[in-house]
Amino acid sequence: MSDLLRVRGLTKRFGGLVAVNRLDLDVGAGEIVGLIGPNGAGKTTAFHVISGFHVPSAGEIVFKGASVVGQKPHAICRRGLARTFQIVQPFAGLTALENVMIGAFNRTGDVAEGRAHAREVLDFVGLGSHRDAPARTLTLADRKRLEMARALATQPELLLLDEVMSGLNPTEIDQIVGLLRTIHARGVAILLIEHVMRAVMALSHRLVVLHHGEKIAQGPPGEVARDRRVIDAYLGESA
Amino acid sequence: MAARAVGLVALAALVALPPLLPKYFLEVLISVLFYAYLGESWNVLGGYAGQFSFGHAAFFGIGAYTSTLLFLRLAVSPWIGMVAGGLLAAGFGLFAGSLSFRYGLRGPYFSLVTLAFAEMLRVVAVNTKAVGSSLGLSIAPRSAPALFLFDGKLPYYYVILAMALGAVLLTRAIERSKLGYALHAVRENEDAAEAAGVDTLAMKLRAMAISSFLTALGGTFYAQYYGYIDPSLTFGPAVSIQGLLQAIVGGAGTVLGPFVGSFVLTPISELSRAALRGRAGADVMLYGLILVLVISFLPHGLVGWFRRR
Repeated sequence: MSDLLRVRGLTKRFGGLVAVNRLDLDVGAGEIVGLIGPNGAGKTTAFHVISGFHVPSAGEIVFKGASVVGQKPHAICRRGLARTFQIVQPFAGLTALENVMIGAFNRTGDVAEGRAHAREVLDFVGLGSHRDAPARTLTLADRKRLEMARALATQPELLLLDEVMSGLNPTEIDQIVGLLRTIHARGVAILLIEHVMRAVMALSHRLVVLHHGEKIAQGPPGEVARDRRVIDAYLGESA
Repeated sequence: MAARAVGLVALAALVALPPLLPKYFLEVLISVLFYAYLGESWNVLGGYAGQFSFGHAAFFGIGAYTSTLLFLRLAVSPWIGMVAGGLLAAGFGLFAGSLSFRYGLRGPYFSLVTLAFAEMLRVVAVNTKAVGSSLGLSIAPRSAPALFLFDGKLPYYYVILAMALGAVLLTRAIERSKLGYALHAVRENEDAAEAAGVDTLAMKLRAMAISSFLTALGGTFYAQYYGYIDPSLTFGPAVSIQGLLQAIVGGAGTVLGPFVGSFVLTPISELSRAALRGRAGADVMLYGLILVLVISFLPHGLVGWFRRR
């Protein structure tokens, strides 16, 4: 499988704290990889570094064959790597459509074309009926969809999703799982951080487990779930 | 449709009525449009991109001094000097902007830095003999339309009307363009904007260049209209505040906000000055009180308040 994203020895220190330590991570074209681990394991930091919001302390990040270390987030986004935020960050004062249009302008300079594309994406994620609602009036579940729509509108080849299911009820989670399958079927690779195990087990082709900033296991979901170190990490060492 | 009709009637009135007005009202109307123009200029950066500059006087002063010095020293027509001043101000804006944006100055820190830049230029002007130091520069009144000098107030009125309308049309075009959306994204959330592929630094600099260019043209108008400039009149904090007040009271980040703001504020300022004549400072206190009330009760400005109803 050709590597879309290739991360080698990625390290991020904040002062004396090593948030991510020598992480190796690959995402192939068309793959869904789940990044799991207990709270504080360094998953979100890894996302921040890969998407250009933090500069790595060491290591390399190669996306589509070229290093993206030191590039600004917008430049990485333009190369085809889009992300969502764990705490949703809508443009609160803008309508849902306008939010998504801003993503769409990544691939077009034409306002009408951007608007048309944004409409399609909004319909696709199931927010079509809320098109003209200000983002701040949307429910949490809808804001998560909006966050995904904005990222999708940039037409990424790799989508980094940071806990798009947290805080949602089981029905909403099932809808998001279905949505992610459709996104994947359209040829977008996905790297997702997720605590909703049922969903991440069902979706991921491969799991990577982080603990204290280090990768402690990886492999198919069934194998990883039986891994002693993973169980220890989640339940405590003495279990 | 109704809004468009009201707009057209207002425009027709602005074009047709002034020749019939007494001199005092014409002067007030020139002030209204002048401050509306400054507000529109500030609005591109402060309102749309959400970068609250407290130092637009820097650009205003650069505009005023550039065209006036070119005229007095080299006999260059202020019509040309105006463009030169605009370009110089845009250059200075890009310089000040890239310094502050590159180092991640946001919110109040950006405001303070812009204020410092304007003050710096004021102090430089005060201490530079070649630009008239604190005595300033005067342009002798005469009638020479090619030199941006007119007999009577009416031609100045039409110049500032054209400038203000031009700024409104430009703002409207920006609002509807990709740039307008990008600026809104920057204002709402810079991190999310970056994540969505918006080059936030480039967008802020673009807004800065447009805003400073426009503000400098206002400086040239001021110099030609009043025939006199000095460091505190042009580089002083009052100029910066005037521009942002119109926008904030009227509705920052809306096309007509600064216009509405100036049509409300400038007459209030004139009236309070007339009503409280002889009690130095009292008019400013009343003006300040009105501002506090408007900002407390109408956080989105007058235009925002109308839209909500």
